[in-house]
Amino acid sequence: MKKIEAIIKPHKLEEVKEALNALGVAGMTAYEVKGYGRQKGHTEVYRGAEYTVDFRPKVKIELVVDDELAAKAEAAIIEHASTGKIGDGKVFTYDCEGAVRIRTGERGPEAL
Amino acid sequence: MPAIDFGDTSFILICSALVLFMTPGLALFYGGLVRSKNILSTTMHSFFAMGLISVIWALVGYTIAFGSSDGPLGAFIGSFDHIGLAGTIGEVTGTIPTPVFAMFQGMFAIITAALITGAFAERIKFSAYAIFIGLWSIIVYAPLAHWVWGGGWLMERGALDFAGGTVVHIASAAAALAGAIVVGKRKGFGKANFQPHNLPMTVLGAGILWFGWFGFNAGSALAANELAGTAFMATHLSASAAMLSWLAFEKIQHGKATTLGAASGAVAGLVGITPAAGFVGPMAAIVIGLVTGAVCYYGISLKSKFGFDDALDVVGIHGVGGTVGALLTGVFAAEAINGVPGLLEGNGALMLEQLIGVVATIAFSFTVSYILFKLLDKTIGLRVEGDAEEIGLDLSEHNETGYVL
Repeated sequence: MKKIEAIIKPHKLEEVKEALNALGVAGMTAYEVKGYGRQKGHTEVYRGAEYTVDFRPKVKIELVVDDELAAKAEAAIIEHASTGKIGDGKVFTYDCEGAVRIRTGERGPEAL
Repeated sequence: MPAIDFGDTSFILICSALVLFMTPGLALFYGGLVRSKNILSTTMHSFFAMGLISVIWALVGYTIAFGSSDGPLGAFIGSFDHIGLAGTIGEVTGTIPTPVFAMFQGMFAIITAALITGAFAERIKFSAYAIFIGLWSIIVYAPLAHWVWGGGWLMERGALDFAGGTVVHIASAAAALAGAIVVGKRKGFGKANFQPHNLPMTVLGAGILWFGWFGFNAGSALAANELAGTAFMATHLSASAAMLSWLAFEKIQHGKATTLGAASGAVAGLVGITPAAGFVGPMAAIVIGLVTGAVCYYGISLKSKFGFDDALDVVGIHGVGGTVGALLTGVFAAEAINGVPGLLEGNGALMLEQLIGVVATIAFSFTVSYILFKLLDKTIGLRVEGDAEEIGLDLSEHNETGYVL
């Protein structure tokens, strides 16, 4: 099993979710997060006072998939989260050692 | 006894409720501008004034402001014949029952005290704040109201202040300046991020202030008559014009018109027209709005130039706007509106009276406020201690959290 974490632009979440659904990915967790990479922050002005906002709002999704689905899922995220502009985000893939469905006690890929 | 006019009475009853509603409006206006950890303490600074100042007004404030001027100190404070609102029941003021007049005026005392609190938001002790505004409303607000409206020396000289440009806005801003200086800057001022945490709240607050201001200004005619109508018109037009000029300057300087700029500009225009509302015509009101919006846009940068942390710009908006409005009242007062000509109609002498009113108000309010703040600082301490400021005043001063998510 592989765990995929992706940081994406918030408005791309729906599109990425649809694409992963179409691949048969059974579920995911999404977070509203803040962060910065090469895009860096921006400046906001309140009554003439300028504030540099370093952390930009992003969405982080996490999903665990069977090994054979991992490459396709990664490719789907990259395709559907892309705008071609700076700040599109990143995808990280890890090995996942175990998974349990709490209600039934199923383990491994059956739990996904 | 003069006759009670039922139309006037019902109008002023409604206006009293409108003026009261400005204070929770102010709580929203100020509350949105602070960080989320101080939303409740900032709200309390306005809302608590509704409780405290009302009781103080009934006990002593009203008689100091509107007691008879016949006593030896009559030019400065009213006599004490109305302590505890004694002698108001059954009396008539103008064409309305005196209890209605006393309640209408009491609502002004509340909002004026609440306005000050923007200066020391996010760092003052609740106890020090409460003692300060309570004493201030007795020692500063009530005498000032007497000077200008209660038959005191400024009224005798002929200075014009229709609804409180000096008494409310300049007085609260002078106290705010003293407060900002004595209590000191917020931790991290100039370095940390003091982004407003909820601007929709601030805009709603500005809208409620605008709505309530019709009671404030039109109601200051103390009758449901043409003067109330022209004051209503002037109030509305000034707020609108000031929003436009503030945004125009903002757009030129920073490239974008901001929501906070629209709200701030409207409030600045409301402040600017407050002394003038019952003395000027509609086109003069638009000019007053345009000028006030522009001057206050630059007024808010005073604090960074002079290095005091007036957290929510009480000085920049209410002090600068109130001063501009008081002086422009002297310029644009029209005989056709309320029988008093201003500079443009050849009465240059009025300008001097307006200037005296402004200077006397600033000097009196600033001096007494400064002494009060210093005394509190030396005795119970003005400022929250330790890491209370980092934790936020909601938790450290009130044992509450504004947003539970």
